[in-house]
Amino acid sequence: MIKLVDIEKSFDSQVVLNRLSLEIPTGKITAVIGPSGEGKSVLLKHMIGLMKPDRGKVYIDGDDITVMRRWELNHVREKFGMLFQNAALFDSMTVFENVAFPLEEKTRLSRVEIRDKVHDALEHVGLKSVDKKYPDELSGGMKKRVGLARALLLNPRIILFDEPTTGLDPIICRAIHQLIKDTHTQFGFTAVIVSHEIPEIFDISDNVAMLYKGQIIEMGTPDEIQRSEHPVVRQFITGSLEGPIHFI
Amino acid sequence: MQTVRLFFEKLGSMTILVIREMGRMLIFILYALYIAVRDPGKPIHLFKQIHFIGAKSLFVICLTASFTGMVLGLQGYYTLAKFGSEGMLGAVVALSLIRELGPVLAALMVTGRAGSAITAEIGIKKITEQIDALKTMALEPFKYLISPKVIAALIALPLLCAIFDVVGIFGGYVVGVKLLGVNPGAYFSEMERSVEWKDVWSGFIKSVSFGCIISWVCCFKGYYAGHGAEGVSRATTEAVVMSSVLVLVWDYFLTSVML
Repeated sequence: MIKLVDIEKSFDSQVVLNRLSLEIPTGKITAVIGPSGEGKSVLLKHMIGLMKPDRGKVYIDGDDITVMRRWELNHVREKFGMLFQNAALFDSMTVFENVAFPLEEKTRLSRVEIRDKVHDALEHVGLKSVDKKYPDELSGGMKKRVGLARALLLNPRIILFDEPTTGLDPIICRAIHQLIKDTHTQFGFTAVIVSHEIPEIFDISDNVAMLYKGQIIEMGTPDEIQRSEHPVVRQFITGSLEGPIHFI
Repeated sequence: MQTVRLFFEKLGSMTILVIREMGRMLIFILYALYIAVRDPGKPIHLFKQIHFIGAKSLFVICLTASFTGMVLGLQGYYTLAKFGSEGMLGAVVALSLIRELGPVLAALMVTGRAGSAITAEIGIKKITEQIDALKTMALEPFKYLISPKVIAALIALPLLCAIFDVVGIFGGYVVGVKLLGVNPGAYFSEMERSVEWKDVWSGFIKSVSFGCIISWVCCFKGYYAGHGAEGVSRATTEAVVMSSVLVLVWDYFLTSVML
Protein backbone atom coordinates (compact mmCIF):
# COMPACT_ATOMS: atom_id res chain seq x y z
CA MET A 1 0.00 0.00 0.00
CA ILE A 2 1.13 3.55 -0.73
CA LYS A 3 0.57 6.00 2.10
CA LEU A 4 1.53 9.66 2.16
CA VAL A 5 1.41 11.47 5.49
CA ASP A 6 1.53 15.25 5.92
CA ILE A 7 3.60 15.85 2.80
CA GLU A 8 4.89 19.37 2.29
CA LYS A 9 6.76 20.46 -0.81
CA SER A 10 7.69 23.95 -1.97
CA PHE A 11 9.66 25.24 -4.93
CA ASP A 12 11.30 28.52 -3.93
CA SER A 13 8.45 30.29 -2.18
CA GLN A 14 5.63 28.47 -3.99
CA VAL A 15 3.92 25.85 -1.86
CA VAL A 16 2.89 22.91 -4.08
CA LEU A 17 1.92 20.22 -1.57
CA ASN A 18 0.59 21.45 1.74
CA ARG A 19 0.33 18.81 4.51
CA LEU A 20 -1.11 16.37 2.02
CA SER A 21 -2.16 12.93 3.22
CA LEU A 22 -3.35 10.14 0.94
CA GLU A 23 -3.73 6.36 1.00
CA ILE A 24 -3.72 4.40 -2.22
CA PRO A 25 -5.53 1.07 -1.84
CA THR A 26 -3.68 -2.03 -3.04
CA GLY A 27 -4.80 -3.66 -6.27
CA LYS A 28 -7.11 -0.82 -7.26
CA ILE A 29 -6.98 1.94 -9.86
CA THR A 30 -6.84 5.33 -8.17
CA ALA A 31 -7.13 8.47 -10.25
CA VAL A 32 -5.74 11.78 -9.04
CA ILE A 33 -7.54 14.67 -10.68
CA GLY A 34 -7.16 18.40 -10.31
CA PRO A 35 -6.47 21.62 -12.19
CA SER A 36 -3.24 22.02 -14.14
CA GLY A 37 -0.23 23.13 -12.14
CA GLU A 38 -1.63 21.89 -8.83
CA GLY A 39 1.23 19.41 -8.29
CA LYS A 40 -0.27 16.11 -9.46
CA SER A 41 2.95 15.03 -11.18
CA VAL A 42 4.93 16.22 -8.16
CA LEU A 43 2.72 14.02 -5.99
CA LEU A 44 3.37 11.03 -8.26
CA LYS A 45 7.13 11.64 -8.15
CA HIS A 46 7.03 11.60 -4.35
CA MET A 47 5.44 8.15 -4.43
CA ILE A 48 8.41 6.66 -6.28
CA GLY A 49 11.08 8.72 -4.55
CA LEU A 50 12.02 10.88 -7.54
CA MET A 51 11.35 13.86 -5.27
CA LYS A 52 11.80 14.18 -1.55
CA PRO A 53 9.25 16.08 0.51
CA ASP A 54 10.35 19.05 2.62
CA ARG A 55 8.35 17.44 5.41
CA GLY A 56 6.22 14.35 5.83
CA LYS A 57 6.50 10.63 5.16
CA VAL A 58 5.92 8.39 2.17
CA TYR A 59 5.28 4.76 3.07
CA ILE A 60 5.48 1.95 0.53
CA ASP A 61 4.29 -1.32 2.07
CA GLY A 62 5.01 0.15 5.50
CA ASP A 63 8.56 1.38 4.74
CA ASP A 64 9.28 5.11 4.80
CA ILE A 65 11.11 5.85 1.55
CA THR A 66 11.96 9.45 2.49
CA VAL A 67 14.75 8.28 4.80
CA MET A 68 16.11 5.53 2.57
CA ARG A 69 19.56 5.39 1.00
CA ARG A 70 19.89 5.10 -2.77
CA TRP A 71 20.27 1.33 -2.85
CA GLU A 72 17.36 0.81 -0.45
CA LEU A 73 15.22 3.09 -2.60
CA ASN A 74 16.23 1.12 -5.71
CA HIS A 75 15.09 -2.03 -3.94
CA VAL A 76 11.65 -0.47 -3.34
CA ARG A 77 11.51 0.81 -6.93
CA GLU A 78 11.70 -2.80 -8.13
CA LYS A 79 8.00 -2.89 -7.23
CA PHE A 80 7.19 0.04 -9.53
CA GLY A 81 6.62 0.78 -13.16
CA MET A 82 5.98 4.28 -14.41
CA LEU A 83 4.53 5.77 -17.56
CA PHE A 84 5.68 9.35 -17.96
CA GLN A 85 3.70 12.21 -19.45
CA ASN A 86 5.91 12.25 -22.56
CA ALA A 87 6.65 8.52 -22.31
CA ALA A 88 10.35 9.30 -21.53
CA LEU A 89 11.59 6.77 -24.09
CA PHE A 90 15.36 6.65 -24.59
CA ASP A 91 15.71 8.74 -27.73
CA SER A 92 18.92 7.13 -28.98
CA MET A 93 17.42 3.62 -28.85
CA THR A 94 14.92 1.93 -31.14
CA VAL A 95 11.52 0.84 -29.85
CA PHE A 96 12.82 -2.72 -29.45
CA GLU A 97 15.89 -1.57 -27.51
CA ASN A 98 13.75 0.68 -25.32
CA VAL A 99 11.45 -2.13 -24.27
CA ALA A 100 14.25 -4.68 -24.02
CA PHE A 101 16.49 -2.39 -21.92
CA PRO A 102 15.11 -3.24 -18.43
CA LEU A 103 15.16 -6.95 -19.30
CA GLU A 104 18.76 -6.80 -20.52
CA GLU A 105 19.90 -4.90 -17.46
CA LYS A 106 17.89 -6.60 -14.75
CA THR A 107 17.46 -10.21 -15.85
CA ARG A 108 19.65 -13.01 -17.16
CA LEU A 109 17.32 -13.97 -19.97
CA SER A 110 18.77 -15.11 -23.29
CA ARG A 111 18.53 -12.93 -26.39
CA VAL A 112 15.78 -15.13 -27.81
CA GLU A 113 13.75 -14.97 -24.60
CA ILE A 114 14.13 -11.20 -24.46
CA ARG A 115 13.09 -10.88 -28.10
CA ASP A 116 9.97 -13.00 -27.50
CA LYS A 117 9.03 -11.08 -24.37
CA VAL A 118 9.48 -7.72 -26.09
CA HIS A 119 7.37 -8.81 -29.06
CA ASP A 120 4.67 -10.12 -26.72
CA ALA A 121 4.65 -6.85 -24.77
CA LEU A 122 4.46 -4.74 -27.91
CA GLU A 123 1.72 -6.92 -29.31
CA HIS A 124 -0.16 -6.65 -26.03
CA VAL A 125 -0.29 -2.85 -26.40
CA GLY A 126 -1.31 -3.17 -30.03
CA LEU A 127 1.98 -2.36 -31.71
CA LYS A 128 3.52 -4.40 -34.51
CA SER A 129 6.35 -3.75 -36.94
CA VAL A 130 7.69 -0.76 -35.03
CA ASP A 131 10.74 -2.55 -33.57
CA LYS A 132 13.27 -0.65 -35.59
CA LYS A 133 11.68 2.77 -35.35
CA TYR A 134 13.12 5.48 -33.12
CA PRO A 135 10.87 7.37 -30.66
CA ASP A 136 10.88 10.54 -32.78
CA GLU A 137 9.35 8.52 -35.64
CA LEU A 138 6.31 7.57 -33.52
CA SER A 139 3.06 9.40 -32.88
CA GLY A 140 2.16 10.53 -29.35
CA GLY A 141 -0.20 7.59 -28.84
CA MET A 142 2.37 5.07 -30.05
CA LYS A 143 5.01 6.50 -27.72
CA LYS A 144 2.64 6.11 -24.76
CA ARG A 145 1.95 2.52 -25.74
CA VAL A 146 5.67 1.75 -26.02
CA GLY A 147 6.13 3.40 -22.61
CA LEU A 148 3.33 1.24 -21.23
CA ALA A 149 4.89 -1.92 -22.72
CA ARG A 150 8.21 -1.00 -21.08
CA ALA A 151 6.53 -0.25 -17.75
CA LEU A 152 4.63 -3.56 -17.76
CA LEU A 153 7.48 -5.79 -18.81
CA LEU A 154 8.92 -6.58 -15.38
CA ASN A 155 5.44 -7.26 -13.93
CA PRO A 156 5.51 -4.43 -11.37
CA ARG A 157 3.09 -4.48 -8.47
CA ILE A 158 2.49 -0.74 -8.68
CA ILE A 159 2.24 1.34 -11.85
CA LEU A 160 2.15 5.13 -11.88
CA PHE A 161 0.63 6.83 -14.91
CA ASP A 162 1.45 10.50 -15.37
CA GLU A 163 -1.23 11.91 -17.67
CA PRO A 164 -1.24 8.88 -19.96
CA THR A 165 -3.68 10.38 -22.46
CA THR A 166 -2.84 14.09 -22.52
CA GLY A 167 -2.57 15.45 -26.04
CA LEU A 168 -4.15 12.42 -27.71
CA ASP A 169 -7.30 12.30 -29.80
CA PRO A 170 -10.47 10.91 -28.14
CA ILE A 171 -10.25 7.52 -29.84
CA ILE A 172 -6.61 6.90 -28.91
CA CYS A 173 -7.43 8.29 -25.47
CA ARG A 174 -10.19 5.73 -25.00
CA ALA A 175 -7.97 2.97 -26.41
CA ILE A 176 -5.21 3.78 -23.86
CA HIS A 177 -7.74 3.85 -21.01
CA GLN A 178 -9.13 0.50 -22.12
CA LEU A 179 -5.61 -0.88 -22.34
CA ILE A 180 -4.90 0.24 -18.78
CA LYS A 181 -8.16 -1.29 -17.59
CA ASP A 182 -7.53 -4.58 -19.40
CA THR A 183 -3.95 -4.95 -18.23
CA HIS A 184 -5.04 -4.12 -14.70
CA THR A 185 -7.70 -6.84 -14.84
CA GLN A 186 -5.10 -9.26 -16.21
CA PHE A 187 -2.20 -8.47 -13.83
CA GLY A 188 -4.00 -6.96 -10.81
CA PHE A 189 -1.41 -4.26 -10.08
CA THR A 190 -2.02 -1.13 -8.02
CA ALA A 191 -2.41 1.83 -10.37
CA VAL A 192 -2.25 5.55 -9.74
CA ILE A 193 -3.32 7.67 -12.69
CA VAL A 194 -2.88 11.40 -12.87
CA SER A 195 -5.40 12.66 -15.38
CA HIS A 196 -7.53 15.54 -16.60
CA GLU A 197 -9.76 13.35 -18.71
CA ILE A 198 -13.18 14.03 -17.21
CA PRO A 199 -15.49 12.07 -17.35
CA GLU A 200 -13.56 9.22 -19.12
CA ILE A 201 -11.29 8.63 -16.12
CA PHE A 202 -14.35 7.74 -13.98
CA ASP A 203 -15.01 4.71 -16.21
CA ILE A 204 -11.74 3.00 -15.40
CA SER A 205 -11.03 4.09 -11.82
CA ASP A 206 -12.00 2.40 -8.58
CA ASN A 207 -11.21 5.54 -6.58
CA VAL A 208 -10.79 9.19 -7.43
CA ALA A 209 -8.88 11.79 -5.40
CA MET A 210 -9.17 15.51 -6.10
CA LEU A 211 -6.02 17.60 -5.54
CA TYR A 212 -6.50 21.31 -4.98
CA LYS A 213 -4.22 23.89 -3.38
CA GLY A 214 -1.74 21.23 -2.29
CA GLN A 215 -4.25 19.03 -0.50
CA ILE A 216 -6.59 16.13 -1.28
CA ILE A 217 -9.91 17.85 -0.80
CA GLU A 218 -12.09 14.85 -1.62
CA MET A 219 -11.63 11.14 -2.24
CA GLY A 220 -14.15 8.47 -3.06
CA THR A 221 -15.52 6.19 -5.72
CA PRO A 222 -16.21 7.75 -9.12
CA ASP A 223 -19.93 7.87 -8.27
CA GLU A 224 -19.27 9.64 -4.97
CA ILE A 225 -17.02 12.18 -6.65
CA GLN A 226 -19.58 12.82 -9.40
CA ARG A 227 -22.25 13.37 -6.78
CA SER A 228 -19.97 15.55 -4.62
CA GLU A 229 -21.38 18.86 -3.39
CA HIS A 230 -17.91 20.34 -2.84
CA PRO A 231 -17.90 23.52 -4.95
CA VAL A 232 -14.31 22.97 -6.22
CA VAL A 233 -15.01 19.37 -7.23
CA ARG A 234 -18.29 20.39 -8.85
CA GLN A 235 -16.67 23.18 -10.84
CA PHE A 236 -13.80 20.93 -11.95
CA ILE A 237 -15.89 18.00 -13.14
CA THR A 238 -18.43 20.19 -14.87
CA GLY A 239 -15.72 22.39 -16.41
CA SER A 240 -17.57 25.52 -15.37
CA LEU A 241 -15.87 28.91 -15.52
CA GLU A 242 -17.88 30.08 -12.50
CA GLY A 243 -16.71 28.92 -9.10
CA PRO A 244 -13.89 28.95 -6.59
CA ILE A 245 -11.18 27.81 -9.08
CA HIS A 246 -9.63 30.89 -10.65
CA PHE A 247 -7.82 30.36 -13.91
CA ILE A 248 -6.54 33.87 -14.58
CA MET B 1 26.13 51.54 6.86
CA GLN B 2 23.20 49.93 5.08
CA THR B 3 25.25 49.61 1.87
CA VAL B 4 28.16 47.98 3.71
CA ARG B 5 25.81 45.50 5.35
CA LEU B 6 24.19 44.67 2.02
CA PHE B 7 27.62 44.20 0.45
CA PHE B 8 28.69 41.70 3.11
CA GLU B 9 25.34 39.90 2.95
CA LYS B 10 25.73 39.52 -0.80
CA LEU B 11 29.34 38.42 -0.41
CA GLY B 12 28.35 35.88 2.24
CA SER B 13 25.52 34.38 0.21
CA MET B 14 27.76 34.21 -2.87
CA THR B 15 30.44 32.42 -0.86
CA ILE B 16 27.94 29.90 0.50
CA LEU B 17 26.62 29.33 -3.02
CA VAL B 18 30.11 28.72 -4.43
CA ILE B 19 31.08 26.37 -1.58
CA ARG B 20 27.82 24.45 -1.96
CA GLU B 21 28.36 24.10 -5.72
CA MET B 22 31.93 22.91 -5.18
CA GLY B 23 30.70 20.38 -2.63
CA ARG B 24 28.09 19.10 -5.05
CA MET B 25 30.72 18.79 -7.77
CA LEU B 26 33.06 16.88 -5.48
CA ILE B 27 30.33 14.45 -4.40
CA PHE B 28 29.36 14.05 -8.07
CA ILE B 29 32.80 12.92 -9.26
CA LEU B 30 33.44 10.74 -6.20
CA TYR B 31 30.11 8.99 -6.73
CA ALA B 32 30.84 8.53 -10.45
CA LEU B 33 34.20 6.90 -9.62
CA TYR B 34 32.60 4.80 -6.87
CA ILE B 35 29.99 3.46 -9.31
CA ALA B 36 32.71 2.86 -11.93
CA VAL B 37 34.53 0.62 -9.46
CA ARG B 38 31.61 -1.01 -7.63
CA ASP B 39 29.16 -1.55 -10.49
CA PRO B 40 30.90 -0.82 -13.80
CA GLY B 41 28.18 -2.25 -16.04
CA LYS B 42 28.65 -3.80 -19.45
CA PRO B 43 31.96 -3.02 -21.25
CA ILE B 44 30.00 -2.02 -24.35
CA HIS B 45 28.88 1.21 -22.62
CA LEU B 46 32.53 2.10 -21.95
CA PHE B 47 33.69 1.15 -25.46
CA LYS B 48 30.98 3.30 -27.01
CA GLN B 49 32.16 6.28 -24.99
CA ILE B 50 35.84 5.69 -25.81
CA HIS B 51 34.81 5.58 -29.46
CA PHE B 52 32.80 8.79 -29.09
CA ILE B 53 35.34 10.79 -27.11
CA GLY B 54 38.48 9.25 -28.60
CA ALA B 55 38.05 7.85 -32.11
CA LYS B 56 35.60 10.50 -33.26
CA SER B 57 37.96 13.27 -32.12
CA LEU B 58 40.85 11.91 -34.18
CA PHE B 59 40.25 14.05 -37.24
CA VAL B 60 40.13 17.35 -35.38
CA ILE B 61 43.11 16.31 -33.23
CA CYS B 62 45.23 15.41 -36.28
CA LEU B 63 44.23 18.59 -38.08
CA THR B 64 45.06 20.93 -35.19
CA ALA B 65 48.19 18.95 -34.30
CA SER B 66 49.63 19.16 -37.81
CA PHE B 67 49.10 22.91 -38.05
CA THR B 68 50.37 23.48 -34.51
CA GLY B 69 53.54 21.52 -35.36
CA MET B 70 53.90 23.41 -38.63
CA VAL B 71 53.59 26.84 -37.02
CA LEU B 72 56.01 25.77 -34.28
CA GLY B 73 58.43 24.67 -36.99
CA LEU B 74 58.06 27.98 -38.75
CA GLN B 75 58.36 30.21 -35.66
CA GLY B 76 61.08 28.03 -34.13
CA TYR B 77 63.17 28.06 -37.29
CA TYR B 78 63.25 31.85 -37.65
CA THR B 79 63.94 32.36 -33.94
CA LEU B 80 66.69 29.71 -33.82
CA ALA B 81 68.18 30.95 -37.10
CA LYS B 82 69.01 34.25 -35.35
CA PHE B 83 71.37 32.28 -33.10
CA GLY B 84 72.53 29.86 -35.78
CA SER B 85 70.89 26.92 -33.96
CA GLU B 86 68.44 25.68 -36.58
CA GLY B 87 69.52 22.14 -35.75
CA MET B 88 67.72 22.47 -32.40
CA LEU B 89 64.37 22.81 -34.16
CA GLY B 90 63.36 19.19 -33.51
CA ALA B 91 64.01 19.60 -29.78
CA VAL B 92 62.04 22.86 -29.60
CA VAL B 93 59.06 21.45 -31.46
CA ALA B 94 59.02 18.17 -29.52
CA LEU B 95 59.47 19.70 -26.07
CA SER B 96 56.82 22.36 -26.70
CA LEU B 97 54.36 19.74 -27.87
CA ILE B 98 55.06 16.96 -25.39
CA ARG B 99 55.25 19.12 -22.30
CA GLU B 100 52.65 21.74 -23.01
CA LEU B 101 50.82 22.15 -26.29
CA GLY B 102 49.91 18.50 -26.87
CA PRO B 103 47.98 17.94 -23.62
CA VAL B 104 46.48 21.44 -23.51
CA LEU B 105 45.37 21.75 -27.13
CA ALA B 106 44.11 18.15 -27.27
CA ALA B 107 42.07 18.86 -24.12
CA LEU B 108 40.64 22.07 -25.56
CA MET B 109 39.71 20.31 -28.82
CA VAL B 110 38.03 17.46 -26.93
CA THR B 111 36.16 20.00 -24.80
CA GLY B 112 34.80 21.69 -27.90
CA ARG B 113 33.96 18.52 -29.78
CA ALA B 114 33.00 15.90 -27.19
CA GLY B 115 32.54 17.89 -23.96
CA SER B 116 29.80 20.09 -25.36
CA ALA B 117 28.06 17.04 -26.83
CA ILE B 118 28.24 15.21 -23.48
CA THR B 119 26.62 18.14 -21.65
CA ALA B 120 23.91 18.53 -24.29
CA GLU B 121 23.18 14.78 -24.34
CA ILE B 122 22.88 14.44 -20.57
CA GLY B 123 20.97 17.72 -20.30
CA ILE B 124 18.40 16.62 -22.89
CA LYS B 125 18.04 13.24 -21.19
CA LYS B 126 17.37 15.12 -17.96
CA ILE B 127 14.75 17.54 -19.26
CA THR B 128 12.92 14.79 -21.18
CA GLU B 129 12.75 12.67 -17.99
CA GLN B 130 14.92 9.88 -19.44
CA ILE B 131 17.11 10.01 -16.31
CA ASP B 132 13.99 9.73 -14.14
CA ALA B 133 12.87 6.80 -16.30
CA LEU B 134 16.12 4.99 -15.47
CA LYS B 135 15.57 5.67 -11.77
CA THR B 136 12.01 4.33 -11.88
CA MET B 137 13.38 1.08 -13.35
CA ALA B 138 15.60 0.86 -10.25
CA LEU B 139 18.64 1.45 -12.46
CA GLU B 140 21.45 3.78 -11.42
CA PRO B 141 21.77 6.63 -13.99
CA PHE B 142 25.46 7.16 -13.14
CA LYS B 143 26.19 3.61 -14.27
CA TYR B 144 24.92 4.33 -17.80
CA LEU B 145 25.40 8.05 -18.27
CA ILE B 146 28.22 9.37 -16.11
CA SER B 147 30.79 6.76 -15.04
CA PRO B 148 31.46 5.34 -18.56
CA LYS B 149 32.07 8.88 -19.85
CA VAL B 150 34.46 9.75 -17.03
CA ILE B 151 36.47 6.53 -17.44
CA ALA B 152 36.43 6.85 -21.24
CA ALA B 153 37.82 10.39 -21.01
CA LEU B 154 40.57 9.21 -18.64
CA ILE B 155 41.56 6.58 -21.23
CA ALA B 156 41.01 8.59 -24.42
CA LEU B 157 42.75 11.86 -23.51
CA PRO B 158 46.29 10.44 -23.05
CA LEU B 159 45.91 8.51 -26.30
CA LEU B 160 44.72 11.59 -28.17
CA CYS B 161 47.52 13.59 -26.60
CA ALA B 162 50.11 11.04 -27.79
CA ILE B 163 48.66 11.20 -31.31
CA PHE B 164 48.68 15.02 -31.13
CA ASP B 165 52.38 14.97 -30.17
CA VAL B 166 53.38 12.60 -32.97
CA VAL B 167 51.40 14.40 -35.66
CA GLY B 168 52.63 17.78 -34.40
CA ILE B 169 56.27 16.63 -34.50
CA PHE B 170 55.68 15.41 -38.04
CA GLY B 171 54.14 18.81 -38.96
CA GLY B 172 57.23 20.56 -37.59
CA TYR B 173 59.39 18.13 -39.60
CA VAL B 174 57.54 18.92 -42.85
CA VAL B 175 58.00 22.67 -42.43
CA GLY B 176 61.48 22.61 -40.87
CA VAL B 177 63.11 19.89 -42.94
CA LYS B 178 61.17 19.76 -46.20
CA LEU B 179 60.39 23.47 -46.65
CA LEU B 180 63.15 25.31 -44.76
CA GLY B 181 66.01 22.87 -45.24
CA VAL B 182 66.90 21.82 -41.69
CA ASN B 183 69.01 18.68 -41.60
CA PRO B 184 66.66 15.72 -40.95
CA GLY B 185 69.26 13.90 -38.89
CA ALA B 186 69.74 16.95 -36.66
CA TYR B 187 65.97 17.36 -36.30
CA PHE B 188 65.50 13.88 -34.84
CA SER B 189 68.81 13.47 -33.01
CA GLU B 190 68.37 16.78 -31.12
CA MET B 191 64.84 15.71 -30.29
CA GLU B 192 66.06 12.37 -28.95
CA ARG B 193 68.83 14.08 -26.93
CA SER B 194 66.54 16.72 -25.37
CA VAL B 195 63.33 14.88 -24.61
CA GLU B 196 63.44 12.90 -21.37
CA TRP B 197 61.01 10.41 -19.90
CA LYS B 198 60.09 13.03 -17.35
CA ASP B 199 58.71 15.22 -20.16
CA VAL B 200 56.63 12.38 -21.55
CA TRP B 201 55.32 11.52 -18.08
CA SER B 202 54.39 15.09 -17.31
CA GLY B 203 52.43 15.28 -20.59
CA PHE B 204 50.74 11.99 -19.75
CA ILE B 205 49.76 13.08 -16.23
CA LYS B 206 48.46 16.37 -17.58
CA SER B 207 46.31 14.71 -20.21
CA VAL B 208 44.81 12.25 -17.70
CA SER B 209 43.94 15.09 -15.33
CA PHE B 210 42.49 17.13 -18.20
CA GLY B 211 40.35 14.12 -19.16
CA CYS B 212 39.05 14.06 -15.60
CA ILE B 213 38.32 17.82 -15.61
CA ILE B 214 36.49 17.76 -18.96
CA SER B 215 34.30 14.74 -18.22
CA TRP B 216 33.64 15.91 -14.67
CA VAL B 217 32.56 19.44 -15.57
CA CYS B 218 30.63 18.48 -18.71
CA CYS B 219 28.73 15.60 -17.07
CA PHE B 220 27.97 17.70 -13.98
CA LYS B 221 26.66 20.63 -15.97
CA GLY B 222 24.48 18.35 -18.08
CA TYR B 223 23.13 16.43 -15.09
CA TYR B 224 22.11 19.64 -13.35
CA ALA B 225 20.98 21.50 -16.49
CA GLY B 226 18.14 23.97 -16.03
CA HIS B 227 14.72 23.85 -17.62
CA GLY B 228 14.02 23.49 -21.33
CA ALA B 229 16.20 24.08 -24.36
CA GLU B 230 17.52 27.32 -22.87
CA GLY B 231 18.68 25.49 -19.74
CA VAL B 232 20.55 22.92 -21.81
CA SER B 233 22.13 25.55 -24.03
CA ARG B 234 23.26 27.54 -20.97
CA ALA B 235 24.65 24.40 -19.36
CA THR B 236 26.57 23.55 -22.55
CA THR B 237 28.11 27.01 -22.78
CA GLU B 238 29.03 26.98 -19.08
CA ALA B 239 30.54 23.50 -19.41
CA VAL B 240 32.77 24.45 -22.34
CA VAL B 241 33.90 27.73 -20.79
CA MET B 242 34.49 26.25 -17.34
CA SER B 243 36.32 23.17 -18.69
CA SER B 244 38.59 25.29 -20.89
CA VAL B 245 39.41 27.74 -18.11
CA LEU B 246 40.01 24.95 -15.59
CA VAL B 247 42.28 23.11 -18.05
CA LEU B 248 44.45 26.22 -18.46
CA VAL B 249 44.51 27.06 -14.75
CA TRP B 250 45.23 23.46 -13.72
CA ASP B 251 47.92 23.29 -16.41
CA TYR B 252 49.76 26.19 -14.79
CA PHE B 253 49.67 24.58 -11.32
CA LEU B 254 50.74 21.16 -12.63
CA THR B 255 53.57 22.68 -14.63
CA SER B 256 54.81 24.66 -11.66
CA VAL B 257 54.83 21.47 -9.54
CA MET B 258 56.35 19.16 -12.16
CA LEU B 259 59.05 21.40 -13.61
